[in-house]
Amino acid sequence: MTDVWPQLEPLLTKVAKPARYIGLEDGARSPHHAPEKVAWLLSYPDTYEIGLPNQGLQILYEILNERLDAVAERAYAPWSDLEGMLRERNIPLFSIDSHRPAALFDLIGFNLSAELTYTNLLNMVDLAGVPVRSADRRPEHPLILAGGHCTYNPEPIADFLDLVVLGDGEEVIAEITEVVREWKRSGRTDGSRENVLRELSHIVGVYVPSMYEVTYEGADLVAVTPRYPDVPERVEKRTVADLADFPYPKTQLVPITEVVHDRLNVEVFRGCTRGCRFCQAGMITRPVRERPAEQVRTMVEEGLRRTGYDEVALTSLSTADFSGIETLVGDIVKSTDDGPPVSVSLPSLRVDAFGVGIATQIQRARRTGLTFAPEAGTWRMRQVINKLIREEDLYSAVEAAYANGWRRMKLYFLTGLPTETDEDTLGIAELARNCVQLGKSHTKSPSVTVSVGGFVPKPFTPFQWFGQNTVEELRRKINLLRDDTRKSHGVQVKWHDPKATLVEGIMSRGDRRIGAVIEDVWRQGGTFQEWNERFDLDLWLSAMASHGINPDWYAYRHRTEHEVLPWDHLSAGLHKDFLWQDWRDALAEVGLPDCRWTPCYDCGACTGYSIEHIVASATPPAGGSQGTGQDLGSSVPVTLLGRAPVKTGS
Amino acid sequence: MRIRVRFSKTGKIRFSSHRDMARCWERALRRAELPVAITEGFSPRPKMHFGLALSTGHESLGEYLDIDLREPEAFALDLGELPERLTPVLPPGVIVEAVSIIERSELSLQEAVTVCTWRIEIPGVSPEDLNAAVQTMLDATTLPVIRERKGKEVADDIRPGILGLRVLGATPPDAPESGALLEAELATQPRSVRPSELLAAFDPPRNEGRVCRTHQWIITDGARREPIPAHATSRTPAEAGVR
Repeated sequence: MTDVWPQLEPLLTKVAKPARYIGLEDGARSPHHAPEKVAWLLSYPDTYEIGLPNQGLQILYEILNERLDAVAERAYAPWSDLEGMLRERNIPLFSIDSHRPAALFDLIGFNLSAELTYTNLLNMVDLAGVPVRSADRRPEHPLILAGGHCTYNPEPIADFLDLVVLGDGEEVIAEITEVVREWKRSGRTDGSRENVLRELSHIVGVYVPSMYEVTYEGADLVAVTPRYPDVPERVEKRTVADLADFPYPKTQLVPITEVVHDRLNVEVFRGCTRGCRFCQAGMITRPVRERPAEQVRTMVEEGLRRTGYDEVALTSLSTADFSGIETLVGDIVKSTDDGPPVSVSLPSLRVDAFGVGIATQIQRARRTGLTFAPEAGTWRMRQVINKLIREEDLYSAVEAAYANGWRRMKLYFLTGLPTETDEDTLGIAELARNCVQLGKSHTKSPSVTVSVGGFVPKPFTPFQWFGQNTVEELRRKINLLRDDTRKSHGVQVKWHDPKATLVEGIMSRGDRRIGAVIEDVWRQGGTFQEWNERFDLDLWLSAMASHGINPDWYAYRHRTEHEVLPWDHLSAGLHKDFLWQDWRDALAEVGLPDCRWTPCYDCGACTGYSIEHIVASATPPAGGSQGTGQDLGSSVPVTLLGRAPVKTGS
Repeated sequence: MRIRVRFSKTGKIRFSSHRDMARCWERALRRAELPVAITEGFSPRPKMHFGLALSTGHESLGEYLDIDLREPEAFALDLGELPERLTPVLPPGVIVEAVSIIERSELSLQEAVTVCTWRIEIPGVSPEDLNAAVQTMLDATTLPVIRERKGKEVADDIRPGILGLRVLGATPPDAPESGALLEAELATQPRSVRPSELLAAFDPPRNEGRVCRTHQWIITDGARREPIPAHATSRTPAEAGVR
């Protein structure tokens, strides 16, 4: 059986939102499988609506299908209604391109962007008919691998993954394909699985968990060491030197049914050097690599024409920092002037009048709400987290927004940050009230929504040593904020469930012993844990109790300088002493300006890989780095586009 | 200028919803670079007027959509060429069959269409047995059903809405489950009768297999016609080679 559609079709009249199982997107490829081709199933461990827009998977989908020796299809987690029917009838997990059973692929690769999806990964592997534990798989089973931000600490799921990819996938996916192609050619004989995994462990950026021994002394992890001399002691991440070489996705998938981020997305740069200490994405994706503005314009123009979308997002971790962003946005707006109305969106807005100016330029239609992320309520707290936004910056941004016709603001904050006091928490309310006050001269009923998330420390950030706040403490702080704003007209407070924060924290910094907990929770039916209505803390706590695992030890304990961290054998290019120094600076409330326009702090990301920041303009943005207003002069230590950077890898 | 488009929707795409199709059409019109009129206001949208919604999972050989075009650009369009221009920018399984100009004074599709013809696969019943059940149903003077309206259960009679029933024979060979094939003419006004309601009214109630809307009808002075005049039809649905 190579197509489950005949069995699937009658079920689709009985499930919610069946369009998420039919494929048919514009941009989908018609795969031609052949024995000599390596077949990849690119998977997202959440529903189609969440997973389809994932740009990483779409990029790899195209790169693989362009190869003569590979073919790629896609799979997403079926919702529980369909899953139940599939299990009842023994229908396996399938690709949505050609409805091919998942186990017929050579590799099943997952994107992991959120810890709470881990149980879904296990569920999908099981639904594919593949043993969930790597050790139980045989040569006929697909290789199970994962990439994405969560894999910078893959230890909690190490027992379920055959291999893990760190960093940018564009180049490494080809190298993996070549090794697997030879394995296929050799007939995947008995015992060959171990050999191919060992071979794959030689590829820079590939981590094969089963090739490493983990040593504990009592409760403490003391070492993760390779089992063979040819297996690297430390696995380095992969970094694509120049985004201009990878103008993907060239034909972004346009889904039939509504998904999140349902618009054209064009990545304008990768990496971020603002240095926000809570932000894992900003740390692990360094250095900054900008796409040439000309290429961005072409991708936007061709993308809009091909897809028929009326919205394009210029994506990155901080798009307003793109060199020459004003010119770029102006050009895009101009080029779409005579056609149907197109809106341009920036997923993250810089908190200053400059950012609002750009937003005003592009959101000519649908001017309803603006979102800012000050992240913390006081200047002291923002120095600790290195989000160096002054109150004046926020107020000038908010003032500009009201003056330009916006009526509703949304402010994002974190709570449970290192050194946070009640004064910092109440500072959030104060900021929000002041923003409402500013709005009163522009509109009768200004509205400011405060959205508060509980902070989860992440690997490869300066806060990786910090013991996170307890559920009770987070709840107390949220209540403090709610009480304080109860009588503040125009301020609404929204918050994330602190219970989920605890489980995220355990998995974010957990070691291999957490694997048994994840498996238990999955076996007890704990799937779709990232969905509020499905999250079940008791399931997690009882699984931990039955394995003698103390959640407090994993989540709430401060780590010491010399403690072995579960991800110490992996590398995001950052020197551990840089991170430790940054952690000390945080505690000393010392901010660190953006290194794009200041001297190098030697974090390791550029020097270690012989790649430098690639930016199109050496002029720092108006307002200086991080809005600190400092004079940076005109000469800055950056590589300009056009100079060929040194490539890493093979 | 207002144009009316007839299209079919068959195969896997039948699992898309009415709302999904509306969004696909919006994108298709932009991709085809048609001079579509745009609504004023905060959130400008192309001026499209859809006919009766087709349930998710049902196929159709006769779906309709009205589109307002900007003048004078629209006068330069070759309407005969539009089906070939639109079909490639629509999802696989959606085929534009015909396009014609209509008067703005014409009633909207939702008001004008009063009857639909359906082809319904009914698994697990022989054509003979179904025929007998159909006779019983047609002989009945009332067919009371309980409908849910605004969260309340309301008693209703669907018999007046059943205008014709005919057993066509056995299900085609490609049907997922074998059974009998029923053709039904069901009213859409004053209250529309859905195929599922018809099947529930059989004794015993019947399960719904594949369902296809084959025609929509406008009745003027007792005469029925399709929403696009026959002479505007570039291809009949049968010629289009669907199922």
